[in-house]
Amino acid sequence: MSDLTRSVGIVQAQTAVFDTPLQLASGAVLPDYQLCFETYGTLNAARSNAILICHALSGHHHVAGRYTPEDKAAGWWDNMVGPGKPIDTDRFFVVGVNNLGGCHGSTGPSSINPATGQPWGSSFPVVTVPDWVRSQARLADRLGIDRWAAIIGGSLGGMQTLQWSIDYPERVAHALVIASAPKLSAQNIAFNDVARQAILTDPDFHGGDYYAHDAIPRRGLRLARMLGHITYLSDDGMGEKFGRMLKSGDYQFGYEVEFEIESYLRYQGDKFSDYFDANTYLLMTKALDYFDPAKDLNDDLVAALRKASARFMVASFTSDWRFSPERSREIVKALVAADKEVVYGEIESVHGHDAFLMLDAPYVNLMRAYLNRVAEEVNA
Amino acid sequence: MSTANTLRADLQLIADWVAPASRVLDLGCGDGALLSWLNRHKAVRGYGVDFDVNNVVRCVQAGVNAIQGNLETGLAEFEDQRFDHVVLSQTIQAMHNTEQILVEMLRVGREAIVTFPNFGYWENRWQILQGHMPVSETIPYQWYNTPNIHWCMLGDFEALCAKNGIQVLERVVMNEGKRILFLPNLRGSLAFYRVARQPA
Repeated sequence: MSDLTRSVGIVQAQTAVFDTPLQLASGAVLPDYQLCFETYGTLNAARSNAILICHALSGHHHVAGRYTPEDKAAGWWDNMVGPGKPIDTDRFFVVGVNNLGGCHGSTGPSSINPATGQPWGSSFPVVTVPDWVRSQARLADRLGIDRWAAIIGGSLGGMQTLQWSIDYPERVAHALVIASAPKLSAQNIAFNDVARQAILTDPDFHGGDYYAHDAIPRRGLRLARMLGHITYLSDDGMGEKFGRMLKSGDYQFGYEVEFEIESYLRYQGDKFSDYFDANTYLLMTKALDYFDPAKDLNDDLVAALRKASARFMVASFTSDWRFSPERSREIVKALVAADKEVVYGEIESVHGHDAFLMLDAPYVNLMRAYLNRVAEEVNA
Repeated sequence: MSTANTLRADLQLIADWVAPASRVLDLGCGDGALLSWLNRHKAVRGYGVDFDVNNVVRCVQAGVNAIQGNLETGLAEFEDQRFDHVVLSQTIQAMHNTEQILVEMLRVGREAIVTFPNFGYWENRWQILQGHMPVSETIPYQWYNTPNIHWCMLGDFEALCAKNGIQVLERVVMNEGKRILFLPNLRGSLAFYRVARQPA
C-alpha cells in the first residue's frame, strides 16, 4: 500500500462569499455569509468528476495535504484522499468545506456580525443539516458543479450526505454514508447534552459572549472533548492502546494524572480547547440532535429516502457503539424498501467510531472498489 | 471471473429459472457472478447478501450491489414479498438455522431457489460404506474442517418443505454438469429446487 503515502501536497484554503440571504430552518435568516473550502485534483471538462466531502462534528474543510512543508499534521482524511488513494485526486475533483457555524473560516459565532461590528456570539442562529446542505448547494453552483459524482461523509458528515440525496436528488450520483445514523438515539443526545452542559456551565462562557470578555470556556470545551473522545473509541481499542498503564509505575493515591488514559484524554482535551470554538461545538451537537429527515413524514424514513435518486454505499464498524452497525442497517433497510441501489459493508474494526478515519484493510478495499466504479461511470 | 459471459453450469441452471427484469436476492452471493450475469443478460435487479466483507468488495468490483449480512440471524433487512426470486446456492447445508432461512426466503420472496450437494449420491454412499465421510468435487472438505453441518438427500429436503407448507415447483438433479433423470437420488451429486408457498 505504498501509494497511501502519497499526498496532494501543499494546499491552500479558499473563501466563497455569498450575499444572498440564507433562510434557516429555525426561521432566522443569515443576510450574508462565507464558506471556507479547499479543492484537490482537477475538475474535468464535463464537470462530472466532483466529489464533496462533508465533515463531522469537529471537522472543517482541510481534508488532505499540508499548508506548509513544515506542517506536522495533514488534513483530517489525508489517508483516504490523495493521488492513488481510494478517493483518488488523480481522477476526482475533491471539495472539502467548512460548515456554517464553524470556526475555521466559514461564518460562525466567532465571526463579526456586520450589523453590530461585534462577534456574533450567542446571537448566531442555530443551524441544521438541511441548512448546511442548502449552503453547500450554493457553493456547488459557484464552482459550476451541477451534479456531484459522489458525496461522502462519516458520522455527522454521513447525515449531510443523506440529506443531500433527499433534498437535491438530481445533483447526487452516489452517496457514501459512513458510520452514521438516520437520526440520533436518546443515548446519543444525552452524551451531546452532557458535553453542552460542560460548556454552558463554564464560568468563562458568559452566555456565549465570551469573546467580548476576552475569555474562553476552556474547561468546558476540554471536558466536552474528553467525553466525546471516550465515546468515539471502543473499550477494546482503548484497552489495547492504554490498558491500565501508569505514568510513574505505581499508585500515587491522589488526583493528578496517574493512568496513561487520563494523560491521553487530558492532552486531547487541552489541544482541542486551544483551537476549537465553544459556540461552534454547541451548534454542531445541536445539528446532530435535530437531524431527522423522516420527522415531517410521520417518521417514515422509507418515504424520505424514496425522493433520492442516488446510488448508495453504507458502511459501519463493528466496535462503533456511538453509531453502531444497527443504526447503519436501519438506513440500508429503508433504502432497500425504497427500492434504491445500495451496497453495505460492516467492517471488522477495534477502532470504535473513529474507525472511519483509519485504514482497516477491508474498509479501504471497499472504498476503493466503490469509487473505482464511480470513476469509471464519469470517465475520470 | 464474474464479468465473463459464461456462467458455471450450476449457476446457469439457476439463471435459466430467473424471469427477465425480475427482482432477485442472492443469499451467500460470493463474488456476485450470478447477479452480474443476470444483470447484463436478463436486466434483473437485486442484491447479493454475503457474510464476508471481501465478497462484498468483489461484488462491488463486479458491479453488483451487495449487502453484508449474516443469514443465520434472518433477513430482517428485507420486507415481505420484496423479491421475485430468492436464491440460496450450495449454502443451506452449512447453516445452523436451516429451517428458518427457508421460511425467511419465502417471506421476502415469491419463489425460492435452493441448491445443495446431494448426500444420497452413490459415490458418497460408497465412501461411507468403505468407512469414510465422503470427499468429492461437490463436497471438497474433510469431516474435521467442513463448513457443512446439515446433510440431506432429496427426500429429506422435500419433507422439510412439506412440513413448512412449501410446494416444490420444479426439481433438477445434476452430476458433472449433466441432468440426471433416472435414479436421481443415487446418481445426482447436486440438487436444484424451485419452491414457493403453498396457496392458502
